Amino acid sequence: MYRYNEIDQTLVDERVAQFRDQTRRFLAGKLTEDQFRPLRLMNGLYLQTHAPMLRIAIPYGLLSSRQLRMLAHVSRVYDKGYAHFTTRQNIQLNWPKLERVPDILADLAKVQMHAIQTSGNCIRNVTSDPLAGIAPDELEDPRPYCEIIRQWSTLHPEFAFLPRKFKIAVSGAANDRAATQVHDIGLYLVKSERGEIGFEVLVGGGLGRTPVIGQVIRPFLEKRHLLSYLEAILRIYNLLGRRDNKYKARIKITVRETGLDNFRDLVENEWLKIRDTMVVDPVRFETMRQYFALPDYDTAAAPDPNLKQLKDQNPAFATWLKYNTAEHKIPGYRAVYLSLKAPDSPPGDVTTSQLDAIADLADQYSFGQVRSTHRQNLVLADVKQAELLELWRQLILWKLATPNIGTLTDIICCPGLDFCSLANAGSIGIAAEINTTFNDLDYIHDLGDIKINMSGCMNGCAHQSVGHIGILGVDKKGAEWYQFTLGGSSDNYAAIGERLGPAVAKDQVVETLRGILDVFTELRFEGELFLETVKRTGLQPFKERVYANN
Amino acid sequence: MHIADNPIPSEGCITVSTARWKAERTALLARDGKLGLRISPEDRIEDFADDLQHFQLIGLEFPTFTDGRLFSVASILRWRHQYLGEIRALGGFIRDQIFFLSRVGVNSFEFGESYDLEEALSAFDDFSVKYQSAWDKG
Repeated sequence: MYRYNEIDQTLVDERVAQFRDQTRRFLAGKLTEDQFRPLRLMNGLYLQTHAPMLRIAIPYGLLSSRQLRMLAHVSRVYDKGYAHFTTRQNIQLNWPKLERVPDILADLAKVQMHAIQTSGNCIRNVTSDPLAGIAPDELEDPRPYCEIIRQWSTLHPEFAFLPRKFKIAVSGAANDRAATQVHDIGLYLVKSERGEIGFEVLVGGGLGRTPVIGQVIRPFLEKRHLLSYLEAILRIYNLLGRRDNKYKARIKITVRETGLDNFRDLVENEWLKIRDTMVVDPVRFETMRQYFALPDYDTAAAPDPNLKQLKDQNPAFATWLKYNTAEHKIPGYRAVYLSLKAPDSPPGDVTTSQLDAIADLADQYSFGQVRSTHRQNLVLADVKQAELLELWRQLILWKLATPNIGTLTDIICCPGLDFCSLANAGSIGIAAEINTTFNDLDYIHDLGDIKINMSGCMNGCAHQSVGHIGILGVDKKGAEWYQFTLGGSSDNYAAIGERLGPAVAKDQVVETLRGILDVFTELRFEGELFLETVKRTGLQPFKERVYANN
Repeated sequence: MHIADNPIPSEGCITVSTARWKAERTALLARDGKLGLRISPEDRIEDFADDLQHFQLIGLEFPTFTDGRLFSVASILRWRHQYLGEIRALGGFIRDQIFFLSRVGVNSFEFGESYDLEEALSAFDDFSVKYQSAWDKG
């Protein structure tokens, strides 16, 4: 993984000092709340319902065991002993004290971590494929490019006060696991007809109130022009993006109102003027690639001949293996998902002791590294097949082995009304209720790949509009109601879910979900996935069942 | 002196809005004294890009500090148009933007309200390192 040099470390240390000074001036009344707000947001700090919330950056979701231990330390010392992974592969603390935040940041800086640009109207943490570098379907590892983008976007002097937040994702595999098309800029590594690898550039995707799928602005961008092209898009957006209405300020609206072709003309025009001044040196790419070189795999590792026997002897292990592990490009290795969706804990939450344990397991089984996923789980990417059984047994002890990855109970969920001052409705409680009700693993496995995404408000932090089943909390005259959508997706065939009908009351959410699942199991062809059935039948049969009594 | 609607003095250093520059160009060029142009985020650079040689100063008028358009305007003036005169931040910007402003090419600062000079000056030292090349040549 990337390791800081002296410049990186100095920058992060100076950011801590800057934020300490800003906090001091705010507390001394020298900065008004209005002035402090964007400054603290640019450092991931929200003032929330109960306490401030601090969002810590995990660039493209990659963590070392040392960093995990520090996250455990800060959660233990400055918070209440747990933390929450987000859909941008970041991690949040829900109970820090404002006065202590500079100290938290200083501790994080010791392990090359920070909270820079994890919120605010600036370029956010760049996200990527949690299986980057090891997936068999990958054209090229996207992480070197992510790191180059991270550095370019960090404290970029021109783009710190954009019309609205700005999110970039990079994917290098045939199967998109980074929700690339719903980002302000999405980058796919692609091969040109001449065999050269570069980027397909998408622009104007985004979720929130007005979900939009990104469109191709440039089918092929040579690698050396990566930063100048990003800079051109950002500059046009910074000048053109609406600042009169925050709900129309994202680049998706700029692109819609300007028209894609006009917007492209403006960007390309700007790009032509700057591209020769910002060429990325091939040496820089090569240096960066070396940071992400493959670890020292055991060349003797081979598919374990005993695996079949172990599976036969232990069906629970076999189930876990099927759902919570993924193929690895190196023979004899697999990637292991650590489910943060245990039935009795809020989706995406980890305790400090779990964090410490995960750090130990990473050291023991996976070269000391962990990845966070946008679906709020973790991955140990390089586990020897022969050690899977042993690892599984340990994960069970730490409640990290619920075999539900990609299933009904692997819910993406925001903190909701329980923690967030923006929320209209609770989400964690509903997730718990879904878990209690649908607790039969065989039933859940039979349903197959179903992605439920649930947000407590229109801001859509949990990407409900691209959930196969989306659930959105809304406020109706002071009561919590829930709006369902079906058929959304954030993979290669990204789609915005279609509204099922009127919102349902809180006590009807689980029944509504049951109705939807019943219709699916009744109508599905053998082996058909939920999304395929919805596509084939349309929403009508689901509507008829759910709203039968109205 | 920043001239708003008041008459233009025959000599001395003044700044005018883009509207007055457009309307009174000939008179402004005929007078003695240095001339500056004040631009707001709503102004289009293309409208005065060919006139830049007439201005010893470009003033960037911040309506509010969160409006970041003028950061791009400053960059474009320096990089694309090779403007070498003074670029001054005016009005609603805050101390904590001085470092970024100086990086995109702003080289003088005129606060809209009272400020602490020591604190403002220390803002130039917020960071000793940076990732991007910018006008300040990092």
